[in-house]
Amino acid sequence: MSTLTAVEKQLHSEPDHRRYTIVLMAILSGLMIWSVSDLSVALDERGMIIARNILTGLVNPDLAFLFSLTNQGVFYLLMETIAIAFLGTILGAFLAVPLAFLSASNIVPKPISGLTRMLLIVIRTIPSLVYGLMLIRVTGPGPFAGVLTIGITSIGMLAKLYVDAIEDLDIKVLESMTSMGCTVFEKIRFGILPQLFSLFLSVMIYRFDMNMREASILGLVGAGGIGAPLIFAMQGYRWSQVGSILIGLVVLILIIETVSNKLRTKLVNG
Amino acid sequence: MWDKLFPPKKITLDSGSVVYEKRSKSPVILMIVAVAMYYSGVVTGFDWNQLMSGIHEFFTIIFEMLQPNWGYMSRAWPELMSTLQMSLFGSVLGAVIALPLAVLASSNITKKRIIVSSVKTGLSLVRTMPTLVTALIATYIFQLPQTAGTIAIILFTTSYVGKLVYEAIENVDMGSFEAMEAMGMDKRSAFRTAIFPQILPNYLSISLYSFEGNVRYAAILGYVGAGGVGRLINETIGWRDYQSLGMIVFMLVITVYLIESTSEYFRKKLA
Repeated sequence: MSTLTAVEKQLHSEPDHRRYTIVLMAILSGLMIWSVSDLSVALDERGMIIARNILTGLVNPDLAFLFSLTNQGVFYLLMETIAIAFLGTILGAFLAVPLAFLSASNIVPKPISGLTRMLLIVIRTIPSLVYGLMLIRVTGPGPFAGVLTIGITSIGMLAKLYVDAIEDLDIKVLESMTSMGCTVFEKIRFGILPQLFSLFLSVMIYRFDMNMREASILGLVGAGGIGAPLIFAMQGYRWSQVGSILIGLVVLILIIETVSNKLRTKLVNG
Repeated sequence: MWDKLFPPKKITLDSGSVVYEKRSKSPVILMIVAVAMYYSGVVTGFDWNQLMSGIHEFFTIIFEMLQPNWGYMSRAWPELMSTLQMSLFGSVLGAVIALPLAVLASSNITKKRIIVSSVKTGLSLVRTMPTLVTALIATYIFQLPQTAGTIAIILFTTSYVGKLVYEAIENVDMGSFEAMEAMGMDKRSAFRTAIFPQILPNYLSISLYSFEGNVRYAAILGYVGAGGVGRLINETIGWRDYQSLGMIVFMLVITVYLIESTSEYFRKKLA
């Protein structure tokens, strides 16, 4: 009997969230009604036919196009996309380092870190396509613009994740090194770098994984990679080519994701 | 393999015992990265001179964007709202659809291997499709731009939330579930009372996080004709009207910042 009362006591002592939940639910349903007001799922004949064509194209890909090794084939386009993502990630990884140190609150004074953080938020919010369109004015259309775009878009997230690593730095190691009489260079080389390097690398690999996706759509604005042939094939209703591009892209992204996950677990666990 | 090619360094300690230090792999990895960088540079046509001579153009655009055209706000406002509507509705519906799929994809709840692996594969296939491509395909099928954009966001949210939630379910403490089943509850109610409360905060937090991301994605969907503020971004850049572009970006930054702070507040509460 006494255990039962204990259970009941526990049950009654649970705070009552009901009113809070109801208010939240009401707000959420209001927002949902507002957001559904403009939608319609009108599907006409034309849409159905196109949907069927797309599905047919996806299951009957243009195999010659998929496996051709010339620089018009899917294989080359995918390599170009990887190259854009890879170089862009490295560019972003370097650009992000100074910004990360400038926004780490344990390294620079509060106002500076706050300002840099604001800057990072702005950099992160501007969509990659906007950078793409702006950078095409600098380099002209082509994969080079894609590399620069990926570089700039990566900065925001990379710096944010770098900062987390920097703020978790174990300062005690540095203090003991100082007491041993190490020089500044030695402190950076043996005290800071080993702590940060594997974390930074893991963040970079993660971002590379994301950048593959970014790079595959940059072609839509003319910044190289597989996006441009994709949109041309779609505009020309060549669905079997669309199918082969999408299959190639999905397989590649899945492979890269798996490899990157394996690498990162290995890095983090030593 | 590695140790045979590069035998470990032998160190004899003062006490006479011998220890081996494995050779570092960093030089080889660095070399591979350098070669990969070189070839990527060749393939993408990386050119410092072009970059240096053209980069001022980029900063000119930035500078113009920093003087936003305030009059453009009234034009961009409805599109921004429609972006928000798309991402809100898409996120909520996507997250709702994701839950049953996540249950089907969790190997500790669903015992049929074939269902688990097929749902998992389906989720990851949809997730790898870039949202913009899904949106582009959807614009061909659906007449209304907003609908196409919403469909793309639903698909992405379902796959993303689905994956994270089934990972959460698979890592859940199964003890209480087994106890409920042993007491004679059927699977559904055992799940509802034993597992659902464990993953609920996680599920809500994942959904909120995905909503944050979706606002950003929705902002560019208009570029391929899928509704929202992206259409205006395309227009203003086409006309080189960078001051209006600056206004759009400014509004986006504010919106995203507000949404992120709100969602972060709730996610901190959930954790």
